[in-house]
Amino acid sequence: MVMSTTSAHPCGHSTVPDKTLSSLGELADPLCFTAPIVIGSRSAEELVRMLESMTRIRVVEEFIGEQVASGVVRCPCHLAIGQEAAAVGVASTLRHTDRVFGTHRSHGHFLAQGGGIYGLLAEILGKATGCSNGMGGSMHLIATDVGFVGSVPIVGATVPMAVGAALAAKRDGRGDVAVAYFGDGAMEEGVVHESMNFASRFQLPTLFVVENNLFSSHLHIRERQPDDSVARFAAAHKIPWFVVDGNDVVAVAEAADELVAAAREGHGPGFLEAVTYRWRGHVGASEDMDVGVQRKEDLGLWKKRDPIERLEATMVSEGLVGEDRVTRLRASVREECEMAWRQALADPFPEAGALLDMVYAAPRR
Amino acid sequence: MTGPVKTTYVEAILEGFNYLLEHHDDVMVMGQGLWSPWYVGSSMRDLDRKFGRERVMDTPVSEDATTAIAAGAALSGYRPIVVHPRIDFMVLASNSLVNQIAKWSHMLGGQTRPAVTIRGIVNRGGEQGAQHSQSLHAWFAHVPGLRVVMPATASDARDLLIASVLCDDPVLYIDDRWCYEVTDELGPVVPVDLASVGPQVLRAGTDITIVGSGFSTQLGLRVSDLLAGDGISAEVIDLRVINPLDLSVVVESVGRTGRLAAIDGSWRTCGLAGEVVSTSAEGVPLDRWRAKPLRFTLPEAPAPTSSALESAYYPTAEGIAEQIIDSQFREKPC
Repeated sequence: MVMSTTSAHPCGHSTVPDKTLSSLGELADPLCFTAPIVIGSRSAEELVRMLESMTRIRVVEEFIGEQVASGVVRCPCHLAIGQEAAAVGVASTLRHTDRVFGTHRSHGHFLAQGGGIYGLLAEILGKATGCSNGMGGSMHLIATDVGFVGSVPIVGATVPMAVGAALAAKRDGRGDVAVAYFGDGAMEEGVVHESMNFASRFQLPTLFVVENNLFSSHLHIRERQPDDSVARFAAAHKIPWFVVDGNDVVAVAEAADELVAAAREGHGPGFLEAVTYRWRGHVGASEDMDVGVQRKEDLGLWKKRDPIERLEATMVSEGLVGEDRVTRLRASVREECEMAWRQALADPFPEAGALLDMVYAAPRR
Repeated sequence: MTGPVKTTYVEAILEGFNYLLEHHDDVMVMGQGLWSPWYVGSSMRDLDRKFGRERVMDTPVSEDATTAIAAGAALSGYRPIVVHPRIDFMVLASNSLVNQIAKWSHMLGGQTRPAVTIRGIVNRGGEQGAQHSQSLHAWFAHVPGLRVVMPATASDARDLLIASVLCDDPVLYIDDRWCYEVTDELGPVVPVDLASVGPQVLRAGTDITIVGSGFSTQLGLRVSDLLAGDGISAEVIDLRVINPLDLSVVVESVGRTGRLAAIDGSWRTCGLAGEVVSTSAEGVPLDRWRAKPLRFTLPEAPAPTSSALESAYYPTAEGIAEQIIDSQFREKPC
């Protein structure tokens, strides 16, 4: 399940030019990895926390999807439904003094790190009470009190910023790390390679997390790269790496634990490729928004590799939670969403002055 | 007998760096060539030896990442300075500058600011050609959220560098190698709030207002010397900070002199000289204008390499003075 730096990596080139290499193999095959997951040495308490966190993200994003579909939400929302395990597995090893950077698809990263539902929903409505004071919308989230430094939609742009936060963390000397979440598409941006080289050169405590959901906005990775795994770039920059089933929260957490522990101890950056799949289109609530992509058959299969159901199945069979735990959890998060939504709808928009007030710092007195 | 001690512009930059690194533990410097005087000249001499290579980092050849890395460190409480030894190469960092650093505060609700200083060096002439000669200040001054500073004097070279780094906003500080030999008597450092710094009258006059920034200001001072020889009194205004741009000093001056010559070391279209002229046109009453305003800029072409073309490319004080006299102060034949 976990390929380490020392594991054999498929090598050599395809002799047929139009055929691409699949280093991911079964990890990219939705017929595989559908069984209940192996929980390893995780405590029951921690597993429950991860199950709750994934369910929370799922329900919040389903709720946001409904508001997008109904037209109440107008700002572009990129849902990560189906990808919850990557955010929750990584967040399980982080602390609030770490520095986490996200992307256009970061509701899950924000919530997993401890960002609040109300602040997220109010932000998506453009209200002054939102986590970004109504100035950011879905694609610009911030929760500095829990270590979520910020998310932006320019692909790959926050990766070097995370490396800069890691440089600061190294100088601070308190063992904090920085995390850059990005996708397989961002791997095609030059600045990501600049950033990985820099982090490796100066041994900066950075965790690069690639959620490889096999798609950029609309193109499959096989139509964009000569190989479907991106960990080869970590090897090129001499950064320790793991490729894991990104829908197995325990596998993600175990790999993140090891890489983050090394970074905290001064051994430099780590790279985690979590193979997953998004259930919705690139943007919006619909499942079939992607232009020119035949995802329908695959999507049905990938839904059987549901990160939440697989953990739930294990935990129920091990007697760690009752059969109705997730159902009850879903209901309570749903209620929290509805309450937050009612409040957010009633909240004020930013005042007109906000337009100019936040461009520069307030003049010193 | 020794006169007052004069400090050159390039020495003043070095003084600024020394002051910042000595007095502020949160300041760090990064960029290409910082361990090599070949890149940044004497403006950063021995900083790595004095303050350590952990604080003065010579970086990989990665303009975009290095700029954003500094911004990330700034969001973690440091005051980094990124050095781009040629502003042409800083174009590779445009995403970090324009999309991230300039907008970070606004798009995240004013809660955090990447208070990084980016030093871009303008390095022209010497047959260096199209990709080693540009002054792209107007591009970056177009973007709200990025303060853009262009020191023209040795005093400003030191004091505005310090003000930029101590400012809570991101700042692009652009120095010009053609200014490196100008001198000033520098007093002790008195930190100023960059937000309070704006255009300043360097030389008072009554017949025409000459406006520049960076090296163009030095050019304007030479033009005013030449005009003085013809009995024309020119007021010279140095813009100093071109974003946010407060041109009230210029508008007031043109209201008195009735004439305006805007000099800029870059191209004309959508450029800084046009901004000076248009804001003056909006602000100065029609009946105060005694002549049409003038712009002196580069020809609309990339910088050439051939010395013959190069000497035709850059405006000279003599050429500017002659055009000003011809168009504004000489009786036209009927």
